[in-house]
Amino acid sequence: MGGVAVGDRIYRGVTTLAGLAIVALLLYIAVEVFTGGWPVFRKFGLGFLTSSAWDPVHDVYGAAPAIFGTLVSSAIALVIATPLAVGTAVFLSELAPRWLGQPIAFLVDLLAAIPSVVYGLWGIFVLEPMMRDSIAPFLQNTLHLGGLPIFDGVSYGPGMLAAGIILAIMILPYISAVTREVLMAVPRSQREAAFALGATRWEMIRDAVIPGAKSGIVGGIVLGLGRALGETMAVTMVIGNAPTISASLFASGYTMASIIANEFAEAAGLHISALLAIGATLLAVTLVVNVLARWLVARVGVRYT
Amino acid sequence: MTTPEPLAAPAPLPRPPEPAALKAIGTTVRQPAANAGTGEVILDVTGLNAYFGAQHAVRQASIAFREREVTAIIGPSGCGKSTLLRCLNRMHETVPTARVTGRIEFHGQDLYGPGVNPIEVRRHIGMVFQRPTPFPTLNIRDNVAAGFRALPRHRRPARDEIDARVEEALRGAALWDEVKDRLKTGAIALSGGQQQRLCIARALANEPSVILLDEPTASLDPLSTQKIEELVYALRQRFTVIIVTHNMQQAARVSDRTAFMLNGELVEVSPTGKLFTTPSDPRTEAYVTGRFG
Amino acid sequence: MIWRKTVNVVMLALMWLAAAVVLLPLVLILVHLVREGASSINWDFFTKVQSAPGTTGGGMSNAIVGTLVLLLIASGIGLPVGIAAGIYLAENRTARLASAVRFLADVLNGVPSIVTGIFAWQVMVKPVGHFSAWAGGVALATMMIPLAARTTEEMIRTVPNSLREAALALGYSTWRTSLTIVVRTALPGIVTGALVALARVAGETAPLLFTALGNIFFTVDPNKVIAALPLNIYSFAISPYDDWHRLAWAASLVLIVLVLLISIAARYVVRPKFGKAVD
Repeated sequence: MGGVAVGDRIYRGVTTLAGLAIVALLLYIAVEVFTGGWPVFRKFGLGFLTSSAWDPVHDVYGAAPAIFGTLVSSAIALVIATPLAVGTAVFLSELAPRWLGQPIAFLVDLLAAIPSVVYGLWGIFVLEPMMRDSIAPFLQNTLHLGGLPIFDGVSYGPGMLAAGIILAIMILPYISAVTREVLMAVPRSQREAAFALGATRWEMIRDAVIPGAKSGIVGGIVLGLGRALGETMAVTMVIGNAPTISASLFASGYTMASIIANEFAEAAGLHISALLAIGATLLAVTLVVNVLARWLVARVGVRYT
Repeated sequence: MTTPEPLAAPAPLPRPPEPAALKAIGTTVRQPAANAGTGEVILDVTGLNAYFGAQHAVRQASIAFREREVTAIIGPSGCGKSTLLRCLNRMHETVPTARVTGRIEFHGQDLYGPGVNPIEVRRHIGMVFQRPTPFPTLNIRDNVAAGFRALPRHRRPARDEIDARVEEALRGAALWDEVKDRLKTGAIALSGGQQQRLCIARALANEPSVILLDEPTASLDPLSTQKIEELVYALRQRFTVIIVTHNMQQAARVSDRTAFMLNGELVEVSPTGKLFTTPSDPRTEAYVTGRFG
Repeated sequence: MIWRKTVNVVMLALMWLAAAVVLLPLVLILVHLVREGASSINWDFFTKVQSAPGTTGGGMSNAIVGTLVLLLIASGIGLPVGIAAGIYLAENRTARLASAVRFLADVLNGVPSIVTGIFAWQVMVKPVGHFSAWAGGVALATMMIPLAARTTEEMIRTVPNSLREAALALGYSTWRTSLTIVVRTALPGIVTGALVALARVAGETAPLLFTALGNIFFTVDPNKVIAALPLNIYSFAISPYDDWHRLAWAASLVLIVLVLLISIAARYVVRPKFGKAVD
């Protein structure tokens, strides 16, 4: 009899401990990364986040180029990925016949299964030449956009735009999956009501489906943003890796993740601390973005993993 | 609110001389078993209260269950009949926020006394639920033997003995002939009625002295229901049976005594024949004649 | 009306187009992988270690074995903790602490893998003064824990509560009910979840950069630096040698096939079925 109660207590204890391990792990990560970056925060203060000087030789560090690159590459990714992902999700949930929708949904999910480093490899050997030989000339000469600062200069292949395109491909499946779930949670009766009022299929989608799912779709986009901000390998391989801030999307840059990936192994002393401080900043930003995304998606009552 | 089975139009009933209520539900009451009302009291409930959080589900219930008797508990949905049943083998407390006060004596021992292990209580007082619950990962034989797996190793019978007790339990649940050639196949493949008898067999294999049935036929077709009812009637040879049902004909067909509950209160406990013909409480009469519920 | 119909047709066409455009990069990537990588996948690829920089030939046996060692360490730590945490979440659905753990598991899931990498460096490399497979395995395990926990919880939640009650009513103790009835019934789903988590971390590179580091030699010693397929793809891709580029494509193809095999295995593990016993 006593034995049984002991068994229950052990079982409860072990599983609770495992649950608490998740809490501890997250705290541990935050504490380790922040304390690691502390010497730099202490030395440069909040100016660390706004200074664009990144000079390991003279031990002067500012995170602005990396933060700038992260924001710009993620913004490019969102601009490209959002219409495609939402369009695909609408296609899959509202238009595609079952026999076509299911395999396509599977293939879109497959995009999420490709490792980041493979995207990077493809980016180096396929996207970068395409960038240099077709995309940049097309933008500059065919569309005559070369006068714009963002399309100024010569593209050698790697750069902010290449990183943004790779990121767009990588976050597409996440935005599309969440959007699909959210759209499917919209009750059938709303669609039928719209049809009954004589709406065309597009009007039904625009007036009956999208409004109810709006917050969830935004949540999916924010979730995609969270992915883009922290994505490392593919970006590191195509962004050019230079701590500069340039208006041109053809210029090389850095992101917070790629500067760590690229310099950490050879860093020492304050340089390591500066990279950890960037890691801490990245951690804080992604936490906020992910919590926001979860909150938005939860508002429309869809759970996702 | 579940209304009882369709009943004849309610009419003012003369009583007691004519058993009109019984006519109204269109069935006959089984003759009480020869020993009915004479057996030892096996479960004695006094002043029982059960709660879910702030909700008071059972109020001051007192009732005695005798050995080898079938007692039916009837009443409208939400009247607390299942909760009362679940207090009898301490299943009520497995629900979060559930609470019980009062006293239940089993063979004179307080089930809620200090040092009483609910696990042992449940082995002596078995239970079968509304929906069949065969364990999907176990075959038929192992489902019936599932109770033995819960025993500590030194109390677990040898393999041969388990096989013998599985057979006995399946015979007791009138299922042996249907499954004896496929004991090693999954229990999920059985029909709903067979699954429910399997669950009864699983409870019997623990050799309990009391069996609690919580609306055991609610999810079954009429033919399977009839088989279960015959089984319940036969079980009283060896067990004390307490059955919760919202079907009054069923209560009338299978039980020796019937208890009527309303709003958590035990309104009346009488021999089944009397409860359906000459109930002593007007609320009981109203219910069995279909005037509310 | 004609205007509305035109808009309708144009918008629907755009959505078809979006789906087609989304599939384009997938096709491009897979085509390139097969075209560039397939010809280099031969016996040498699986049996030889990598060649010296600038020379030709050689294979990836050290990286393949290294990846397996890392996945073994990661699963050994990450799956037991993750699955136990998932059981905790499922068994304490409504408890306030469980809600907090559930939320933080999702948050942990969103931590960028590069941050996981520098965390593992801080706690596993810096104190002992050298890189190791252990550190790489711990970094991957950190990623597996929240994944395994959430899928385990989801799978256990699909088990009807009536099964739990049936076991308790037979005299099962709480822990035995949970483990031998509820978890056992959900086991196929839990295995699926574990395989999905494994597939997810198998291709991770960033957490290994400053932990496992990579190794040009063959080793299975977890105290030493170790090679891994994703690490090799990275270092070979950014190298100036054509022969290494060739091997990077081949390794990518092998890595993708590995990830897909694990994912397909996950699909083939049968989902739990409950017959009519659903509450």
